[in-house]
Amino acid sequence: MTTLTPILTKNWNQPDSFTRAGYEREGGYQALRRALTLEPDAIVQAVKDSGLRGRGGAGFPTGMKWGFLPPSSPNPRYLVVNADESEPGTCKDIPLMLANPHVLVEGVIISAYAIKSNHAFIYVRGEVLHVIRRLQRAVAEAYEAGYIGTNILGSGYDLELVVHTGAGAYICGEETALLDSLEGFRGQPRLKPPFPAVAGLYGGPTVINNVESIASVPSIVANGADWFASMGTEKSQGFGIFSLSGHVTRPGQYEAPLGITLRELLAMAGGVRDGHRLKFWTPGGSSTPLFTDEHLDVPLDFESVGAAGSMLGTRALQIFDETVCVVRAVLRWSEFYAHESCGKCTPCREGTYWYKQMLKRLEAGQGSEDDLDTLLDLSDNILGRSFCALGDGATSPVVSSIKLFRDEYIAHFEQGGCPFDPAKSTLWAGNR
Amino acid sequence: MTEHLGPPVGEEPGQHHGEPMQLEPPYGGTAPYDLETREALERDAKEIIARYPKARSALLPMLHLVQSVDGHITQRGIDLCADLLGITAAQVTGVATFYTQYKRKPVGEYHVGVCINTLCAVMGGDQIWAELSEHVGVGHDEATPDGTVSLERIECNAACDFAPVMTVNWEFFDDMTPEKAKALVDDLRAGREVAPSRGPGRVCTWKEASRVLAGFPDGRAHEGVQAGPQSLRGLEVARDNGWAAPPVPAGPVDAEPPTPGEVTDPPPNEPGKPIGGSVKPGSQEGRNQ
Repeated sequence: MTTLTPILTKNWNQPDSFTRAGYEREGGYQALRRALTLEPDAIVQAVKDSGLRGRGGAGFPTGMKWGFLPPSSPNPRYLVVNADESEPGTCKDIPLMLANPHVLVEGVIISAYAIKSNHAFIYVRGEVLHVIRRLQRAVAEAYEAGYIGTNILGSGYDLELVVHTGAGAYICGEETALLDSLEGFRGQPRLKPPFPAVAGLYGGPTVINNVESIASVPSIVANGADWFASMGTEKSQGFGIFSLSGHVTRPGQYEAPLGITLRELLAMAGGVRDGHRLKFWTPGGSSTPLFTDEHLDVPLDFESVGAAGSMLGTRALQIFDETVCVVRAVLRWSEFYAHESCGKCTPCREGTYWYKQMLKRLEAGQGSEDDLDTLLDLSDNILGRSFCALGDGATSPVVSSIKLFRDEYIAHFEQGGCPFDPAKSTLWAGNR
Repeated sequence: MTEHLGPPVGEEPGQHHGEPMQLEPPYGGTAPYDLETREALERDAKEIIARYPKARSALLPMLHLVQSVDGHITQRGIDLCADLLGITAAQVTGVATFYTQYKRKPVGEYHVGVCINTLCAVMGGDQIWAELSEHVGVGHDEATPDGTVSLERIECNAACDFAPVMTVNWEFFDDMTPEKAKALVDDLRAGREVAPSRGPGRVCTWKEASRVLAGFPDGRAHEGVQAGPQSLRGLEVARDNGWAAPPVPAGPVDAEPPTPGEVTDPPPNEPGKPIGGSVKPGSQEGRNQ
């Protein structure tokens, strides 16, 4: 049986967990002091050895990403933290930054030191006001303590850290769109290569990492790569925050080694809400193909979820019970992708638009079985042909739901409407 | 978007209520700033610009700054940004129209969001939206005639374990119901103080919130809870079962030093050395205090 491993979440029950005093009481900033005694390359090596893979969805090895920076370049190097958490279902970085912003700040300082950068940015989405306040305050406190600024703790190392607030655009979670946005432009993805490691922010070598990835670095420096790698599975090492939401008795954040299963997590969370059963779920946000109750025992690591036909993504486990119409769910996600498509490339811009139109018709019971083939054909023209992963992600709920629930789509147009009562899915169903 | 291409199926939810506010096209606010306001805006904008190695990076925070004064993106605000950054008004407009949080018309003093992305919608967000919109008498992106409250159908706000969720001026309102939503808006319209589920002791105004987004802290970071109940669920399960992370090995845990072959030329900006290029060393006079 897999057990929970509170690390990043460990101090969240302390009322002052977001203050420097509260963080330091639990050993905070000790990893920074240790890091500054090490050679930067030794920290890169430790992160490589730990097996840490990006926690923002793609799962790329963090240490390897750092290693891609060219050894010399005419431009300064930058570290950019992607705190634009917006993938539907994903809700781990926001509570992390609300409760423990200093672990991110400490991670930024150590990571910037490791990659020899003197300027770092935290790009946080704009719709989370109190999180932004906490980040601003944490950075100010770190400056006051001499953890950021010039000659940090007498090491001779300098770092400036800026909290940069976005303005409402899911696409800015895509790393090159984020860079364009941070440079003051519309957030549209850039053609790769060159990759940000070679030509990123202001054309300089740039590392972009997710909040949780960077926040994991202090624990690796403090406790060692072997300690980190002792958790998780062979190729998906370490821990992560699993976010349970939807029709589950006790939704919330559960920090566990990678490889835990939904069956285990559901047992900890009191199971699917009383009197109902699991119908479908996302392993890692709306851009990851749907799973059903057949996938309860899939280890939630990168390889196993991939082998089962989906993606680990951001461990955003959205649980839907049998009261939920899958067509309604997929329509709403498709409306989201259409709203958030940046318009740069045709497959995504037009494809998500037509998804929306066709799914509206299907949900209203006015479609035909031919529409399902058209949807799949359309999906073939989006997946792999879009400029960035937003378009690819948009196809996941559509294709997987038709594969798993074709009969439910057909029932809509056979009955001339949606066979489900949305009132039964609500939080207050039966109590009102 | 070419909305006419699609088959007309149903009605866009929330598009049929009330009278939208009448505005002068395209942005309103063409009268120039008075001298005092202009000077204050320029002072703040220069502080924002100083945070960045390149001035144009200041544009997004500067647009939040414009909203902190004008309430929405105005033509004079666009012109100010263009002037101070040395770019065209068209370039600023192109950016301002891309991002959802920049409003092309006035919003209420309290801008209320209801999450209608799939999970919140299913958990009751759709019903909350329908009842609230009916109750207030305005639809998506519309404000009440007195300018107190506006409503928006918002996308996922990264609080799914608190579903269904709402926001007021981007503060978190968790575990909502139609009744709580209506009472919340009634309180806002009556001028009563309301407190978010996870946030400061009272909700600030839209303009005050915009100033924080521009990077000027309001000194309220310490207010409110550190975490909501859902955020602590895993921690409680671990505590009840006596579970913890693996023990830390004793003694030094230094990583193996890199093999000599992997160490290459020193980077241009070594730790301790000023960063090169056009970047001003220590160029963050306006950093977050």
